[in-house]
Amino acid sequence: MIAGFTLSAFPDAAPMNGLFGGILIGLAAALMLLGAGRIAGVSGIAARATGISDSGMSKSSAWMFLIGLPVGAAIVAFASGGMEPSFASPVFLIVAGLLVGVGTRLGSGCTSGHGVCGVSRLSQRSIVATLTFMAAGIATVALMNAAGLEVLP
Amino acid sequence: MMRRLLPPLLSGSLFGAGLALGGMTDPARVRGFLDIFGDWDPTLAFVMGGAVIVMAIAWRFREHMAHPLFAEKFSLPDRSDLTGRLIGGSALFGVGWGIAGLCPGPGIAALVIEPASAAIFVVSMLAGMFLVRLVEGSA
Repeated sequence: MIAGFTLSAFPDAAPMNGLFGGILIGLAAALMLLGAGRIAGVSGIAARATGISDSGMSKSSAWMFLIGLPVGAAIVAFASGGMEPSFASPVFLIVAGLLVGVGTRLGSGCTSGHGVCGVSRLSQRSIVATLTFMAAGIATVALMNAAGLEVLP
Repeated sequence: MMRRLLPPLLSGSLFGAGLALGGMTDPARVRGFLDIFGDWDPTLAFVMGGAVIVMAIAWRFREHMAHPLFAEKFSLPDRSDLTGRLIGGSALFGVGWGIAGLCPGPGIAALVIEPASAAIFVVSMLAGMFLVRLVEGSA
């Protein structure tokens, strides 16, 4: 979508889109921090909105943030002329969803809360959590590839 | 009311736009990043890098603020203990992330991109979260 540099070693990568997308995510998290005084951690906010967690921002604020996620994505998808990514089949989505739900509650956060907000704050817990879920994700993809498990069509 | 609800809505919208622009609502991009032994796609590193740089600056601003712009006080995590729960939970999360190439933000943002698939993921994720609460009592 955005022109600019590409990586010759990785022709499929979209570094410019990634960087600008990341900057938008950083601005979103900065607004939550400096505006509301809170961490923009999606797993925690989702738990708060649905009443699974009682701590954090107000329920209405949590819902506003969650509603914003697809709104923002829709604007970009529309502006870029539509997106049609492939998703895993239902069985994989269910297993993955359950693991992500259990794991983010036990681990107190996900890619946004730990990976973006915590790492940028040099939080020891967040750095360890981020290294752990990255390593687990890398190992999972490697093992599935080794076993010949094709997830995305 | 608007003063209270507009910032989280704007934050969520910016966040969702960033995820979609950065390709994070495409599971193939995310799994491509995790596939370091195969056909590696470094895009996610640029997304994380961009977000972390902006937030690192925001944390510096926060040091000079007595209170947030639209709230009375900062309510931020202050724990620094490394527990088995933190590491085990993060490992489980990583396995789920690797299987489908989705984490919570992109899963919810993708509800407008691939509604049926994203909904299955999000409902399962909430079920997993609820399960933890059931087992542990109120959290």
